[in-house]
Amino acid sequence: MGLLDQKFNSGSIIITRVDDLINWARLSSMFPMTFGLACCAMEFMSAGTTVYDMDRFGMAPRASPRQADVMIVAGTVTFKMGDRVRRLYEQMAEPRYVVSMGSCSNCGGPYWAHGYHVVKGVDRIIPVDVYVPGCPPRPEALIGGLLKLQEKIRNETLMAPKAIEGWLAESEKV
Amino acid sequence: MADKIQYEYHPDHLRNSEPLKYDPAGLRSEELLVNIGPQHPSTHGVLRLETLLEGEVVKDVIPHLGYLHRCFEKHAEALPYNQIIPYVDRMDYVASMNSEHAYAMGVEKMLGIADQLPKRVEYVRVLVAELNRISSHFIAVGTYAMDIGAFTPFFWLMRDREHILRLLEWTCGARLLYNYIWVGGLYYDIPVGFEDRCRELVRYLRPKIDELQKIVIDNKIFVERTANVGVLSIDTAINYGVTGPMLRGSGLKYDLRKVDAYSVYPEIEFEVPIGTGAMGSTGDCWDRTWVRVAEIRESLNIIDQVLDALTGPHKRTREFDPQAMVPKKIRPKAQDFYIRAENPKGELGFFFRADGSTDVPFRCKARSCCFSNLSVIAELAKGGMIADLIAILGSIDIVLGEIDR
Amino acid sequence: MMDFEALTGKLAEHLGGPLWTETDPSATPGALIIQPENLLKICEALQKTEGLYFDLLSCIAGLDNGPEKGSMEVIYILHSIPYGHKIMLKVMLTRNKDQEPLPVVPSVSGFWKTALWHEREVYDLFGIHFEGHPDLRRILLPSDWEGHPLRKDYQHQEKYHGIKVAY
Repeated sequence: MGLLDQKFNSGSIIITRVDDLINWARLSSMFPMTFGLACCAMEFMSAGTTVYDMDRFGMAPRASPRQADVMIVAGTVTFKMGDRVRRLYEQMAEPRYVVSMGSCSNCGGPYWAHGYHVVKGVDRIIPVDVYVPGCPPRPEALIGGLLKLQEKIRNETLMAPKAIEGWLAESEKV
Repeated sequence: MADKIQYEYHPDHLRNSEPLKYDPAGLRSEELLVNIGPQHPSTHGVLRLETLLEGEVVKDVIPHLGYLHRCFEKHAEALPYNQIIPYVDRMDYVASMNSEHAYAMGVEKMLGIADQLPKRVEYVRVLVAELNRISSHFIAVGTYAMDIGAFTPFFWLMRDREHILRLLEWTCGARLLYNYIWVGGLYYDIPVGFEDRCRELVRYLRPKIDELQKIVIDNKIFVERTANVGVLSIDTAINYGVTGPMLRGSGLKYDLRKVDAYSVYPEIEFEVPIGTGAMGSTGDCWDRTWVRVAEIRESLNIIDQVLDALTGPHKRTREFDPQAMVPKKIRPKAQDFYIRAENPKGELGFFFRADGSTDVPFRCKARSCCFSNLSVIAELAKGGMIADLIAILGSIDIVLGEIDR
Repeated sequence: MMDFEALTGKLAEHLGGPLWTETDPSATPGALIIQPENLLKICEALQKTEGLYFDLLSCIAGLDNGPEKGSMEVIYILHSIPYGHKIMLKVMLTRNKDQEPLPVVPSVSGFWKTALWHEREVYDLFGIHFEGHPDLRRILLPSDWEGHPLRKDYQHQEKYHGIKVAY
């Protein structure tokens, strides 16, 4: 979006950075994993279907973590589920992103005080990129969160990914 | 928010937290252990089924629950009666109004104010509960069609469900979890003009239900896929505590709206549809789905009559205050109390023990309909094909938030 | 539909005397308070007797009265679909102290299959052992969880798989 607008007036050639091109391709086809946990999954379904139609942003849900780019943690993460959420995250291919949808997965939500079996925030298990507040967030809020994620991807560079940067810094120390 | 990841990985974590019932090393060579879920689109949430197969034939199904155990009963022991309602919402999150209705009714009966509520409050409660029942059945039938392999009906029903959600959002400001029905009244009267929009909705939905019936329920492929699959006899159903559309699909006319005659249901005329085995044998998956669609029609009839009452004998007045009967302090006298009500999925019950000295229940147990309904799945699926297992699971219409609580 | 007195009268007549210690007519539905050793006899009479025929076990609820009172209860709520009767059974138990074996109730899963999962739930959340249950495991909580959370003196563990349990 935005990358190719009105840039074809000089003989079908555009000049851009490789980063921009790759990022544009990536952010225009983010496949979330169909992975509902609780109430928020209903709003995730609403966002994906007729009325809110997430497809127009290039987001088609995939059932398998191996084909997905984004994990939308939609709902309460319990301790029993926590191990499985972690495993699903590890099964996803890099580059991968996590959207924490709803108060429960942000911080425990209404279950923070007496919920002995609720993980108080999915960020204790996996790294989170975007937090969407609400209980449950409206589908618009979820789509807003995903647009935020697109912004994040747009400013990334694949030339020196963060993980490698850290690794390089460590190897220089030695 | 946590500063860093606290999770400590260990390869045995998954095995230790929920061990398999069958030992894979002890299986015979033709047997196969397939694990469905907790992340699987057809399990409608975080249910896990451990399935023992012999070729394509299911030999045993062990459901593993608890992946969404959110400690409802612990919260209910720590909060005053009125503050439990939001947690009740979050149990069955596709039919929150119905759950709230059951809960509020129980507490009112314990307080002894159930008979003094204004009729208009009762009618509004029934109106929103029936709207929510329709939206819950839409989800049930829509996702079921998707499990069977038809994607389009799901989109249609989500579209129609959105109209209902917008109406409910108009009444109370939330799309899914309402906290609208309070102990002793309502949060607010229905907005001006709501009745007309409701009538429009009913007019709009009637042909859509006929369309749904024609295109999905009577469809040859759908019938082939569901008739004679997962036949549940009445005896087995009752013995397992199965209630709601599943029990009625097996041919027993048992609807708590008629049996217990709570709220204003005795003043309303409606039929209780039951399965008759029109396409196969009584109590198969087709019967259960058909009962749900027939119930949507009945709910539309109920809404029509409720709207007549709300615009006729119990119409909006300036003096009407939906919170007039809301008690300042909810402190029932010491007693044990069990209330049950007809949820879209079956009998939702609440057991209370009040100790008479605090406004916090000493114990509040939720009897979940899906919990008992799901327990019958091993009986239904044994001896069938693995593809039928998905058809059976979909026809039970489970909501994991209510099973695990 | 019989009222509570007629129901208990008929039940006592069938059992040859009241096997319960007392009745609690203030409960809704009316309750019988019984000792665990009499539970199976009463359940059998309730289910099998002509004219009573309690075929639907709605709910089994555990209850902990706390360490001071030192008692626990298991509450059964039964309905009869054809006759419309309803009754509540309250089984009184002695609460176990630390290191003592769990309190024991006979399992009613032989009469109503509903009990299979409901008893597992009570075992999971309260730590009450059901004798004769074919498959008594934890149902909601993970198998490596410590303690029974709905007991009044429950303290949750510090960490589970490295994650802090408290907020």
